[in-house]
Amino acid sequence: MAEQKKTHRVLIGKPGLDGHDRGAKFIARALRDAGFEVVYTGIRRTPDEIAAAAVQEDVSAVGLSLLSGAHLSLFPAVVRALKSAGAGDIPVLGGGIIPDEDIVLLKEAGINAVFTPGTPVAQIIAAFRTACETQEARRN
Amino acid sequence: MMSETILRGLRERDPRGIARAISLVEENDPMADEILSSLDDSLVDQAMVLGITGPPGAGKSTLTDRIISRYRSLGKRVGVIAVDPSSPISGGAILGDRIRMMGHALDKDVVVRSMATRGRLGGLCAAAGAAVRILAGSGCSVIIIETVGVGQSEMDIIRLADITALVLAPGLGDDIQAMKAGLLEVADILIVNKADCAGAETLAMDMESIAREGGKEKDRVNVCMTVASEGRGTDELLAAIETVDISHRETGERRTRREKAYDLEVLDWALEMIKPSIIEKIEKWDHVRKGAPRLQAARLLGQE
Ligand SMILES: Nc1nc2c(ncn2[C@@H]2O[C@H](COP(=O)(O)OP(=O)(O)O)[C@@H](O)[C@H]2O)c(=O)[nH]1
Ligand SMILES: [Mg+2]
Repeated sequence: MAEQKKTHRVLIGKPGLDGHDRGAKFIARALRDAGFEVVYTGIRRTPDEIAAAAVQEDVSAVGLSLLSGAHLSLFPAVVRALKSAGAGDIPVLGGGIIPDEDIVLLKEAGINAVFTPGTPVAQIIAAFRTACETQEARRN
Repeated sequence: MMSETILRGLRERDPRGIARAISLVEENDPMADEILSSLDDSLVDQAMVLGITGPPGAGKSTLTDRIISRYRSLGKRVGVIAVDPSSPISGGAILGDRIRMMGHALDKDVVVRSMATRGRLGGLCAAAGAAVRILAGSGCSVIIIETVGVGQSEMDIIRLADITALVLAPGLGDDIQAMKAGLLEVADILIVNKADCAGAETLAMDMESIAREGGKEKDRVNVCMTVASEGRGTDELLAAIETVDISHRETGERRTRREKAYDLEVLDWALEMIKPSIIEKIEKWDHVRKGAPRLQAARLLGQE
């Protein structure tokens, strides 16, 4: 059988209470159009639910979208939830209206990449691709 | 992860081990055969595989969520394989069935796995069949396959099921008309979902008459009305599923279907295996590209 190029699986989730999923859906579609398989979990998920879904779906990366401003608590909470689900190796990427000073804090808290409304889509896709490739190489 | 770790994970029902195992079979990893050979066949034999198919938006995922809850209340461990089509252009996919089932996300005895068709025509059957085995081998006694009932490859997956339910809903129009022809061939149970919406009664009557038309040789097909979003009709649906299951076991239909499904998976693999050698033959073949291609193929295979 011809060796197929590996299809990257990612999960896009929206933790927290805000109900605006335009950003999440936009990224999900952009990733699909770039050839990713995107598991979308919908709005208002707890970090534990997102982590459990990420494990079951065996994704190579988790993307979070938030507009509520609660990123400093919720993004690291998902990282912790993944750790306690035995999946701390899965990289977490996050996007939202995030001030520069918070980006440093989020990276320190283990977020793989942070996107803001100004980040070009191509850059977001490239970040997901790199995160997936790194994770898949480490996992195997 | 080494296959030992994965096999232990499977035995211990570790969510990560189960998930990795499904990925490995999906990707045709060399470890896949070892994993599939190590499964407890009696668990695979005993599990009930329920196919849920129908047009997009009919309420399949919402209904699946309700069915999961019912089987969980009976103490059964439930696996779900939710299939969505890959984009033919990018090869990517958005797998959104899970949204409706997130209420079970923290239940360790509900294993949901989304799967894209990946343009592998027959191969999807093999991938989904392998996933069914892994879920059964990890203790799921009910396994639901949700698939959009439009494409041929999706219909093929349904052949993996012991029992198939076709979900329809009022207001989906032409989809239903187009599907009617093949309806009874695949469906053991017809579900009219969105019974709270206008047109449900008419649709149900339509379905009843179709069910009667085909009712001569086959067992009479059940028609159930549900409101999945409110959980109405789920008890009746479960009763219908049980009736079909009992009848299929008594008549030997269940065994027949299992055997056919197994052979179909073997056929998929066999075709995959001979394909490269045929492609190679054609590439190396010094032939005149004229005349009937079918005759050329026969010549190529030495069948002429
Ligand atoms: N009114 C009504 N809406 C429903 C019912 N069941 C599902 N829905 C809605 O129909 C839409 C599609 O449901 P979904 O389960 O995703 O359909 P699928 O594409 O067949 O899996 C969702 O917005 C559901 O909330 C029902 O019984 N009545
Ligand atoms: Mg669905």
